[in-house]
Amino acid sequence: MADPFLSIQHVRKTFGATTVVQDFNLDAGAGEFVSFLGPSGCGKTTVLRMVAGFEEPTSGNIVVAGKDITRLKPNQRNIGMVFQAYALFPNLTVAQNVAFGLKVGGMNKADADKRVAEMLKIIKLPEFGDRYPYQLSGGQQQRVALARALAPKPKLLLLDEPLSALDAKVRVSLREEIRSIQKSLGITTIFVTHDQEEALSISDRIVVMYGGKAEQAGTPFEIYNRPATKFVANFVGTLNVLEGVVSDAASGKVKVNSEELSLKGKLNGSKTGDMLSLALRPEAIALGRRANHDANLSGEIAEVHFLGSVIRVRVGVGNNVVSLDTFNNSSTPPPAVGDKTEISFASNDMLVLH
Amino acid sequence: MKTGRFWAWVVFGLGAAYFFIPLIATVEFSMRMRRGAYSFDAYQVVLGDVRFQQTFGYSVLAAIFTIILGVLIVVPAAYWIRLRLPQLRPIVEFITLLPLVIPAIVIVFGYIRMYGSNSPLPFLATDRGTDLLLVIGYATLALPYMYRAVDTGLRTIDVRTLTEAAQILGAGWTTIITRVILPNVLIAVLSGAFLTFAIVIGEFTMASLLNRPAFGPYLQNIGANRAYEPAALAIIAFVITWGCMSLIQILSRFAPRSANRPN
Repeated sequence: MADPFLSIQHVRKTFGATTVVQDFNLDAGAGEFVSFLGPSGCGKTTVLRMVAGFEEPTSGNIVVAGKDITRLKPNQRNIGMVFQAYALFPNLTVAQNVAFGLKVGGMNKADADKRVAEMLKIIKLPEFGDRYPYQLSGGQQQRVALARALAPKPKLLLLDEPLSALDAKVRVSLREEIRSIQKSLGITTIFVTHDQEEALSISDRIVVMYGGKAEQAGTPFEIYNRPATKFVANFVGTLNVLEGVVSDAASGKVKVNSEELSLKGKLNGSKTGDMLSLALRPEAIALGRRANHDANLSGEIAEVHFLGSVIRVRVGVGNNVVSLDTFNNSSTPPPAVGDKTEISFASNDMLVLH
Repeated sequence: MKTGRFWAWVVFGLGAAYFFIPLIATVEFSMRMRRGAYSFDAYQVVLGDVRFQQTFGYSVLAAIFTIILGVLIVVPAAYWIRLRLPQLRPIVEFITLLPLVIPAIVIVFGYIRMYGSNSPLPFLATDRGTDLLLVIGYATLALPYMYRAVDTGLRTIDVRTLTEAAQILGAGWTTIITRVILPNVLIAVLSGAFLTFAIVIGEFTMASLLNRPAFGPYLQNIGANRAYEPAALAIIAFVITWGCMSLIQILSRFAPRSANRPN
């Protein structure tokens, strides 16, 4: 990336003896939508709060549009932020909430009113200016919070789990709305979430975090299909992990139970006799042999769950249990527990976890 | 069920009698100044007394300054403790309780020793200085009530997130306190303010020992030398206190609406 709009450089944060963020680096381009994805306590919110200025990094720098903002106070950064708990000012109406940042910034009333009307139109609540926050639903409150954050035309938008407090249906529609507004305004955005589906569906890039470190940064496609670490593979999507032993490192042969798989070019320097964790997404596995699948393993049906359009089958393969999904076909009955079967997959789809 | 309700009414009736009978008796006694007939003569005498007007006016003014001083000290302090120094809360709560434990007479003698005309801060050398010291003393006496009222108000809002939301929108500390925090704890501040008012109006020890023309010493003086007027004054003081409580209720309707008080 030639000139990153946001650059987080070697940022570290400690609270007493506890290090919550260690050597975190990120370059985000102008207009990019980057998600920080990880479990609770992984440090994603702390990084966001350091960008906002609510926490000061123990070391490292944060640069926005070429300016080092590491030591600036939050009110000097010109950054917009949406909080998980909405944080609308309860004593102000919707219009007054949206105008708050404009008034604090010294904008005159006529211009502020015009901007407020424009923002309320963008969030599709033009008639709600005179209402108080308590008169709105959670989704509406969060849209107002978004309008309030965007009204002063900030350089950067920070979203701290803005959808977590909403119900599932609203969450999906609002995340699409947020993404569409972000795209139309072209504002660089950092989105913190622990929900992988959210991150995968709306991000240009995802940073998966664990234990205060960035485990992997990449596009949703890369993160899902080519996880760099065991944690990323397990955290993002459902994954089957099979334990295997390298039987012949030179030819890339790996033994899983009694069957040998060819994983040439994927062993990354593993030696003969090394134990390996091999991962497969459920959608990469088929029940029975397939022409385009070069790897087969024998097993026994352990569990069958009928989920309507999909049937989830769990197959015991030696000491491993593999999950796979097949589409429901009304003319074919689902497999029965205890049936002997074969599963097949393309060895190319198999991930070797390190 | 019916027996339970009967006994509930009996208990309620006894409680009401315990409260109202002395009150009615005082009202009745205050109206017997004119021989053989009920009249408001005692009230006329009290309300027409120049000293009543002067002392009451003085105490109202002292109460207003005490409320301003209390709000200026307590709101930022309670806010900052909630936001940044929650570990200090038990200590601050203990300190705010001290005026309930230490008698006013001890505080005022401390003041006289500390701020006499020979001290580096000779508040007592002038009348205005003494008035200022009296207001400071009243603010100390009202501290337990004002602090608890404001702290309870702060508990009902998400102080930290609202502060951060205002900060990221460019607000400084003064804007945050005056435009975000204070309007959202206004009812609590008003409760504290009216409690302060009630304390100041009736306070005797400090005003008397600092020799200021306040309402408390006037009440005591009238009580020691007259028969019917003290009863009339007691009723007037009672009405003022009830008026304050009613004002809290009325003003709360005009206070900013919040998510915590939707109706």
